[in-house]
Order: sequence, then C-alpha cells, then structure tokens
Amino acid sequence: MSKQATGTAFVALLRRDFLLAYRRRAELLQPLVFLLVVVTLFPLGVGPSPTLLANIAPGVIWIAALLATVLSLDSLFRSDFEDGTLEQMVLSGQSLALIALARTVAHWLVAGLPIVLLSPLLAMWMNLPDEGLLILIESLAIGTPVLSLIGAIGGALTVSLKRGGQLLSLLVFPLYVPLLILATSAVSSAVVDLPYTGQLGLMVSGLIASLTLAPFATAAALKLSLS
Amino acid sequence: MNPIFLFFHKTGSPPWFYKYSGKLIPWLWAVFLALTVYGLYLGLVVAPADYQQGESVRIMYLHVPSAWMSMMIYGLMAIMGFIALVWRIRIMEVLVISSAPVGAAFTAIALITGSLWGRPTWGTYWVWDARLTSELVLLFLYFGVIALYNSFDEPRKAARAASLMSIVGAINLPIIYFSVEWWNTLHQGSSMGSDGPGIHPSMLLPLLLMATATKFFYGANLLSRARLTLLKQDHRKRWVQDLLSKESH
Repeated sequence: MSKQATGTAFVALLRRDFLLAYRRRAELLQPLVFLLVVVTLFPLGVGPSPTLLANIAPGVIWIAALLATVLSLDSLFRSDFEDGTLEQMVLSGQSLALIALARTVAHWLVAGLPIVLLSPLLAMWMNLPDEGLLILIESLAIGTPVLSLIGAIGGALTVSLKRGGQLLSLLVFPLYVPLLILATSAVSSAVVDLPYTGQLGLMVSGLIASLTLAPFATAAALKLSLS
Repeated sequence: MNPIFLFFHKTGSPPWFYKYSGKLIPWLWAVFLALTVYGLYLGLVVAPADYQQGESVRIMYLHVPSAWMSMMIYGLMAIMGFIALVWRIRIMEVLVISSAPVGAAFTAIALITGSLWGRPTWGTYWVWDARLTSELVLLFLYFGVIALYNSFDEPRKAARAASLMSIVGAINLPIIYFSVEWWNTLHQGSSMGSDGPGIHPSMLLPLLLMATATKFFYGANLLSRARLTLLKQDHRKRWVQDLLSKESH
C-alpha cells in the first residue's frame, strides 16, 4: 500500500463523513441542544447565586460536555455497521486503525468542536470569571478530542448491540475521570490566579497518548464487532 | 513437538484444563482455609489493638488484602485478555470473564470494609478521598466489563470484547489512580512503603497470611467458575458428553 493511497483514503473518508454529517444536520444538533439544556438545569437546581455558580462552573460545563459527547458517540459507527459500509471498509485493505482515526476526527469536528465554540456562552450562563474563560476554551479544545478518541473504542465495542447506548456510557465514563479532574482543576486554578500549565500539559500528553493508541483499540473492537 | 509448545497446547485444550483444574481445586481450597483460619486467629485474637484506632484496626486484615486483590485481578484480566486476543486461546477468554465477578466482589469488599472502618476512625462512612474514589472507579470498570460480556449473545465474541475492554481499562487504571491521588488525598499512608513496612511484625504476619489466602481463594474460585463456563459453552461437545456418561455410570 503506497503512502499516497493511505492519505487519499483518509481524506476521502473525511469528506464522506462531512457530507453525511451535513445531510443529517438535525441529528447533529441534538447533542448540542442537550448540552445547553443540561447546563441550564444547574442554576435551576442549585439556585441562581452568582458565586455558587462561578464555583461549580468548570465542573458543570465539563460534565455537560462529557454527557453530550457520549450521547453522540452511540451513532459513531452504527449506521455504517447497519448498512454494511463498515464491512466494505475492513475489506478495502486499508489500515482499519486509519479508518477509525478518520471517523474519530470527523466526529470531533462535528460534535466536539461545536462544544468548544459554545463554551463562552456556557461560561457566561454559569457566571465563570473572565480569568477562567480562556483556559476553559483551551481545556475543551485539548480535551474534547480525547473524549472522541476514547469514546470511539466504546462505540466500536457496542456497535453490534441493539441497546448499546447505556452500556457505552458505563464503559467510557470511568475512562474519562482523569481528563475531567485535570480540566476542571486547570480552570479552577486559573480563576484564582494559580498556575495551570501543569494540568494543561498533562492533558496534552493524554491527547498524544490517546491519539496514538486509541485508534488501534478502536480498530480491534471494530474487527471484533464484525466477526 | 517442542515440550513448551506441547504444554501450552495441552493447557489450552478444554478437556485437559477441565481434568487437571478439577484435581487442583481441592488443594487450593485447603490452603486457603488453613491460611485464613490461622491468619484470622492471629489478626483477630493474637495481634494487639492499635493505640490510635483501637479494635477497628482489625478490619485491616480483610480490607487491605481485598484492596490488593481488586487491583491485581484487574491487571491479570488485562494480561490474560491480551493473550486471549493475540493467540486466540479460548481458556484465557474463559479465565478473563471468570475473573471479573471475583475481582468486582473483592473491590466491593474493600469499599464496604473501608467505609465501616472509616465511620469510627474518620467519623464518616464515605469521603471523596483519592483511594476510595479510585477504588470506586475500579468497581465501575469491573461492572463495565461484566455488562459488556452479558450484552453479547455469542459467548466467545462476548469474552473477546470483555478482554479488549479490560486491556483498555488496565492502561487507564494507573492514570486514573494518579490523577485521583493528585486530586484529593486523605487516606492513610500505605503500611507497606518502599522503605520497609511501617507496621509491627505481630500485625504484619496476619496481614501477609490473609493476603496469601485471598490469592488461593481467587485461584480456587476462578478455576471453579471457568470449569462451569466451559461446561456450559461445550455442553453439546464430545468431551462433555463423555464426561457426563462416565459420571452417570
């Protein structure tokens, strides 16, 4: 397999996924609306006190991001699995890890990136101090790709199950724990003017580790689901 | 055939495994019982009460070995899962899924005994301390593996999915452990530090006896579960039929 063919396949897959995403715009909006609704529930539940909201803002926004991501992960491989596209991809001779990576990158661009773009609005709702805003955006920009990469493993494992959605959340939430801790700690530190580069650095290393390892686990899970 | 390959080939065959594990199990139970009786006698009767924690320190003889087992079993599941996936050895798949309930039970015991100990010592059943939290996350990881296994209709596919999940979980486990540690720490320092145990021999001996006993319990329980799973999976195969007809005579 030449290098060029691999690159072409990657780009072709990305284009296909974007086209599919564009044709299913309404479906893509659902997790984002869900994100907005979940964040709205917190002030209603804990009271509108600005200081209280500011204190819990990083955690609330991040947990809402986790929930919204998991919601969109269930459909990551499902339609390709059901109509047989996934089988054709496996038979194509291209590296399955590369296919999984392309699918994950597309998922992040249509499901993760919008969360990053929406975060200033969420920060405003939750009364997050201005010092934390930039770090919140940075932490989401680094962290949401990790959510997609790790979540893809769960999505691939549960794709052949009829009711995979609930199981998927049980599988991936424990794996998200370190990321949640690091991200919320970075934002909280930035708000009180403490150093936060350590947490962001660890998150970047997590991103690199999952970028290099997770596609292989996803590929193994896909192969298993198809067997 | 090379004797080493022959050994692996034999161990990997269900009838061979069934026959010899059956011979091993009574011995494992016997060692477990002997160690537990002696260890509990030393721990609950002979060992002194702690000058700070009083009698409640005796929970340690159950709590600490269970916590060790909870982590060791998950690690073993990942190793066995790797072998199962790479070399497609069916016995290993069966061992992975037979380990999960035992590991989950040890995790639950560690959490329950820990919270019973926390009530008189810390004044509360539960705090979001680092080790408690990572143990709870570990329990969820076990639940994930078990739930994944139960969701598939086809047992071999289910076992392979569970194996893959335990490998992914085991890679994450140290990261979870350290991130949670860094997040909040209130727990007792470990009694078995790198600069030698900070614990008197009269308490160390029962602790080590119990730690060894739990490993034999795991071995015996694991093999019994694996045998049952093999019988269920292979109930239409020749060797099980032969076995049944032999037993009925």
